[in-house]
Amino acid sequence: MAIELSAVRYRYAGASAAALVSIELRLEPGRVVGVAGADESGKSTLCLVVAGLAPGVIGGRLEGSVRIDGVETTATRPHELAQHCGLLFQNAATQLSNTTATVFEEVAFGPCNLGLPVAEVVGRVWWALRTVGIELLAPRDPTRLSGGQGQLVALASVLALRPRYLVLDEPTSELDPAGTLLVAAALARIARETGAGILLVEHKTDVLAQIADEVVVLERGAVALSGPAATVLADPRLVELGVEPPAGVRLERAVRASGLEWSAALAEAIE
Amino acid sequence: MTVASTAADAGLPDYVARQPSGFYRSVNPGTKLAVAALEVVAAFLLPGWVGPLLVLAVVLATAAAARRLRGLGTIALTTSPIVGSILLVNLFLLPGASDPIARLGPLAPTWSGLWFGLQTVARLMAFSLAIGLVYLTTAVDDLLADLARRGLGRRAIFVVGAAVQMVPATIERAGEIVDAQRSRGMDTEGRIWRRARGVLPLAAPVVFGALAEVEERTMALEARAFSAPGRQTLLRVPADRPVHRAIRWAAILALVVIVVLRATGRLG
Repeated sequence: MAIELSAVRYRYAGASAAALVSIELRLEPGRVVGVAGADESGKSTLCLVVAGLAPGVIGGRLEGSVRIDGVETTATRPHELAQHCGLLFQNAATQLSNTTATVFEEVAFGPCNLGLPVAEVVGRVWWALRTVGIELLAPRDPTRLSGGQGQLVALASVLALRPRYLVLDEPTSELDPAGTLLVAAALARIARETGAGILLVEHKTDVLAQIADEVVVLERGAVALSGPAATVLADPRLVELGVEPPAGVRLERAVRASGLEWSAALAEAIE
Repeated sequence: MTVASTAADAGLPDYVARQPSGFYRSVNPGTKLAVAALEVVAAFLLPGWVGPLLVLAVVLATAAAARRLRGLGTIALTTSPIVGSILLVNLFLLPGASDPIARLGPLAPTWSGLWFGLQTVARLMAFSLAIGLVYLTTAVDDLLADLARRGLGRRAIFVVGAAVQMVPATIERAGEIVDAQRSRGMDTEGRIWRRARGVLPLAAPVVFGALAEVEERTMALEARAFSAPGRQTLLRVPADRPVHRAIRWAAILALVVIVVLRATGRLG
């Protein structure tokens, strides 16, 4: 049981160069794999490929193998993929169906598309809202929420399909620090309580340091670094790859650079 | 299609199981659409002033009883540029008109042009206010749920819903773009030629921004199983009382009668 990418190479329709090359990746249920990299390094493309929307919905040419629990994504229809692997985009506004009056109905949109019995739809919606921690938003108009709340509603909407894996493309990129904390806390809770495997593309490495088990850094569509989160996020090559290290790592470097001693006790106190 | 037998059975919260209340707002959306269709057909196919004035009277009376006159006023105001151009074109350029009101140099406004222009405006107002009344008295999701219950496909329903909901979102976005352009020194107020000059810098970001979002919206829909086969589950279906059904069928019958009478030349 895992999402497995093997020798993946993907080129957008009409593009001359590949956006992803030689990607090897494994995401197991209950694990959080963070993805970082500079702009145009292929992070969003990786999300689309993992979720099966590329080439399934947007076209393009895929080489290699992308399997979800042993089944090739190219052999699976989009609505079936949606039940295995949920995908969340950067912009909460574009993920709303624009056809519902309340957050409850917005979260119910996916289960309703599956034609599930009403009682099951209701059960799934409450479960998703509870898991994300936004039950109180249920009666609200989904178009009148803050950025952080909107992103949490989008997350609950994806969760309501009960996927075993979640692919999140910079879910906090348009959020202020308070919104980022809300989403990061919700993701940590989801990973802990649902056992879902999470692929999290994120510029904010502090979020990755907080919840990721492993981190992959992309450069020009290829994997430049990968390994345990603590190791990769402390790697000195991170800055060259266009990724800002987490605050804890920067602080440690600053302390050492000024000639002071960095101790485990100090690190623990800061955490 | 799966539909909740009762809200309580399904455990739906009240704000989802809600039914609209109040005069005309509680009427079934399909019935309101049928009545609006009859009004539009009557306004354009009944000869002379009878059609448009009758429809305007019915629409305004209904709106007053439903307390939606102010909203209709706003809709009427938005049609003013078209109304103005119809009046001007017909006043000065109606083919065959030879009863001048006055001579203004090379231009000669005519009585028959004025009369024809006013009648066309009345038809246009009857059309837009009849549709506007449906919009003002019907929640979009109620309309969509009713259309889904009647068997309309989910893609068609989504197109209708998203198009209607997009109107306020586009207005909001246009406001943001105007503010952004102003902050960069563009003059969007004052004389008409200055405003006209600002149309392109406003329209281009609105149109291209909406187009750029289409792909992401499409993918987001697919990520929520939009293309799943079979009927969608409906959480709630708007009430359709016997009186609503009677009004709907009467409206459809009247519409057909008007069209047939017009097609056979019996309406003049």
